[in-house]
Amino acid sequence: MGSEEITATEESRSHFRQLLAIGAIASVLGVTLGLLIDWFPTQASEQAETVDTVWDVLIIASVPVFVLVMTVVLYCVWRYRMKPGEELKDGPPIHGNTRLEIVWTAIPAILLVGLCSYSYVALTDIEEAKADSLEVRVVGEQFTWTFHYKGPGGKDVASPQLYVPRGRPVKFTVQSRDVIHDFWVPAFRMKIDAVPGIDTHLRITPKTNGEYPVVCAELCGLGHAVMRQTAHVVDRAEFDRWLQERAAGAEGGGGGEETGGGGAAPDGKAVFNEAGCGGCHKLADAGTTGGTGPDLDEGLKGKDQAFIRESIVDPSADVTEGFSDGIMPPNFGDTLQPAELDALVKYLAEVTK
Amino acid sequence: MTAQLRAPGWYRAGAFVVGGVLFAAALVTIVRLAYGFSNPFDGSDGWDSHWQNAVLIVALLGAPLFFFVGLGAFDYWFYWAAGRPTRPEDHSSHGAHSWRDYFRVNTDHKVIGIQYVVTSFFFMLVGGLLAMLVRAELAAPGSQFVDANAYNGLFSVHASLMIFLFIIPVFAGLANYVLPLMIGAPDMAFPRLNALSYWMLPVGGAMMTASFFAPGGSFATGWTAYAPLSTSVPIGQLFFTIGVQFAGASSIATALNFLVTIITMRAPGMSFWRMPLLVWANFSTSLLVVIATPFIAASQFFVLLDYALGFNFFVPERAGDVLMYQHVFWFYSHPAVYIMMLPGFGIISEVLSVKARKPIFGYRMMAFSLLAIVLLGFTVWAHHMFVSGMQSWIRIPMMVTTAIIAVPTGIKIFSWLATLWRGVLHLDTPMLFALGFLTMFTLGGISGVMLAMLPITIHVSDTYFIVAHIHYVLYGGSLFTIFAGVYYWFPKMTGRMFDDRLGRLHFWLTFISFNLTFGPMHVIGIQGMPRRVADYPEQFATWNLFISLASFVLGLSTLIFVFNMVRSWRTGARAEANPWRGMTLEWQVSSPPPIFNFDRVPTVVGGPYEYGVPGAVHGIFQPAEVAAREPAVAAGETSRE
Repeated sequence: MGSEEITATEESRSHFRQLLAIGAIASVLGVTLGLLIDWFPTQASEQAETVDTVWDVLIIASVPVFVLVMTVVLYCVWRYRMKPGEELKDGPPIHGNTRLEIVWTAIPAILLVGLCSYSYVALTDIEEAKADSLEVRVVGEQFTWTFHYKGPGGKDVASPQLYVPRGRPVKFTVQSRDVIHDFWVPAFRMKIDAVPGIDTHLRITPKTNGEYPVVCAELCGLGHAVMRQTAHVVDRAEFDRWLQERAAGAEGGGGGEETGGGGAAPDGKAVFNEAGCGGCHKLADAGTTGGTGPDLDEGLKGKDQAFIRESIVDPSADVTEGFSDGIMPPNFGDTLQPAELDALVKYLAEVTK
Repeated sequence: MTAQLRAPGWYRAGAFVVGGVLFAAALVTIVRLAYGFSNPFDGSDGWDSHWQNAVLIVALLGAPLFFFVGLGAFDYWFYWAAGRPTRPEDHSSHGAHSWRDYFRVNTDHKVIGIQYVVTSFFFMLVGGLLAMLVRAELAAPGSQFVDANAYNGLFSVHASLMIFLFIIPVFAGLANYVLPLMIGAPDMAFPRLNALSYWMLPVGGAMMTASFFAPGGSFATGWTAYAPLSTSVPIGQLFFTIGVQFAGASSIATALNFLVTIITMRAPGMSFWRMPLLVWANFSTSLLVVIATPFIAASQFFVLLDYALGFNFFVPERAGDVLMYQHVFWFYSHPAVYIMMLPGFGIISEVLSVKARKPIFGYRMMAFSLLAIVLLGFTVWAHHMFVSGMQSWIRIPMMVTTAIIAVPTGIKIFSWLATLWRGVLHLDTPMLFALGFLTMFTLGGISGVMLAMLPITIHVSDTYFIVAHIHYVLYGGSLFTIFAGVYYWFPKMTGRMFDDRLGRLHFWLTFISFNLTFGPMHVIGIQGMPRRVADYPEQFATWNLFISLASFVLGLSTLIFVFNMVRSWRTGARAEANPWRGMTLEWQVSSPPPIFNFDRVPTVVGGPYEYGVPGAVHGIFQPAEVAAREPAVAAGETSRE
């Protein structure tokens, strides 16, 4: 009996060593794979670098845990599955092992406290308030975002597009007019709810020029899925020029102001695309296929410019059968500049004749 | 006919429901007239919509009570209250002799257990069908089958049914059947309350499902029903708001019943440290339910009052506080995550120990870790609100407690692994699901720890990463334990054996298609796809098509399970009393057990998992003194039972 027990323990030890070796190799492979996968979208903010590093650390810390469990399960299935003739056999009556139990309580606890501390440091890093921040007020409503800037002379400048200058810290103050929304630019890695009644804040420092989706991440009703706009990260000079033009356009209201940078009157097709109309509406000329709102090629056929203008500015005035009222944002009359609206109406009338 | 209408049952219930709706209409009309609102019948075309909605709300609240009375759930208590003769020893409503007995108020915990399990699997199939429709819509970008409103309704009803009508009650059902047997009790402590808590369930489920027929469509604000969205949508929302009250009341009553049963009705010798871990798990869960569930009731009453009576709980212009909803809601709904997991932990401990032929490793730590999870479970609710705009300092302690809750969970995982070590593993269907649970739940737990880490969670909250995480813990976690438990106790509950080959096919198909469905969701979530969207940009199209195809296989794999269960229940081979050679008490009686469970009161003389210990017994069927005198006879007695 005694010698049998010794061989059993020795066998158990050799099994354990075997298991450790398999587990170690699998962990290395798993971690390598986890680090090789391209998980995230473009890093468009400085915060994104920190976040992505935290992710890598988490991969390194957690893959071995999963691999450990997986290996033990598969190993036990392979080694200890019931063989023919063992139908009535029982395993050894091991009730526990205090030392082992202390180990697997303490090690995860230490690991987790370590990860929490690291996350805390990373969090303070990405949320740090920086001097000379550009202030942008983000207002969410069903189902659109409007971005408010302080223009020349402290005047409020509103835009349906988000423009931020590369390299300059931005502080967003997020508000909501109706229900809860969530302001998220995946490329910036940061998000915050827009909550009716309170101001919430978010800070990022744009890093890479480009166009990135602005997404509403909190279910806000029927049009939640199409509450998407575009964030433009541009050079500082270009940003300043854009803000100037935007401010001038809002003030003058005339068609003569420059909006794009070169041309005279704004291009209706460009307005259509920039305002995100194609997200919901199908329009052959612009090549959009959205199905949330009515098909414009059909719906606007033979309609005059007055009808088109009214449908944009006051979507509830005439709701197409089969579609719900209240999905299309009612504020395009405010966020589009008069010249842009004119151009859009003219464009739509022409291409849907 | 009159006799049928007078006797408790479906005819009387139907008549009472009609009466309840008429009562609601009358009450609303009188009150509205008294307050000087328009007469509903003045309207030129059809009924006034305010009147109609008001009637609907009052009927949703009141008609179920009429239904319970009609069905006979209160008969005994009414007789007693009226001083009329009651029959305390009348067991006519005990036991089931034909399938019809499952459709009436029955006080037998074994009948109620089966009623619970079958009802919740019915709603699981309904919820699964809704999920299939969700995936059909998401298979390609753009709008194919349903519009935005219907889509939001699909995933909202899917989640609500799966949580409130499937996972929570199916565990209550399994425990209802098994737990009294395990502790050597003849029934639950309050059999009539037990019957009432069951019948509240289908009412809540029918309400949520019926919301699709409400004017304006079903509730479409997710199962979280955040205000003020939920106070500003069509009347379908109230089908959730009120349906949850019934599911919640059912849950609380059952939990109270479990607590009292466990504390007062254990067999002689069944000390707390000799209780099987399933009993420990349900003890812990019941504590959670009793403490936490009133909070979701409150959160939904706030919504009801704001919606129906113009209160200002969530109107910021009138000093309402929008975030308050989330705090109250998650103070229930985070513990609810453990309500949906702890009973599963109990099932896994039973299955692993029996199927590995070894004592559970570290029994006491297994019990303590359950209690630790109960305690810690109340300290982490705000991790659902990391990006909600609440005060930012509170995020740090919530991050730490959230991470720390992985420690007791880890103790359980590692102890289960140690239980497998050097065992004799019977790899049949319940065991496969238990092992599947071990691996998949670990993955869900790991993504849970990642979600605790603030820099990551700010990016991935409200994305498909969350959808992936929740399905790894609730499908790969809870549902796998449910499958393991249903297969494991199927012989006991039905007296028939299931088809193990079909069971293993079910496992492998489910396991693989589950991973193919929910695994890629981690990736698209991190890449920037928000959840709860009917439409998405082109860049996610390939993965979504892949996920949808895999999910259809997952849906089909469930049908194998249903087929196996139905066929085996009808024509499966007769099950012996103890097909798994288990030691716990439920296996020491016939399959299915006698009407009052034990013909003789059992005495517990040892631990529940003494596999491999020569001559060890858990319970015997004669007084302990006799057993002490004649140990050999006692052991022989037990094995013959």
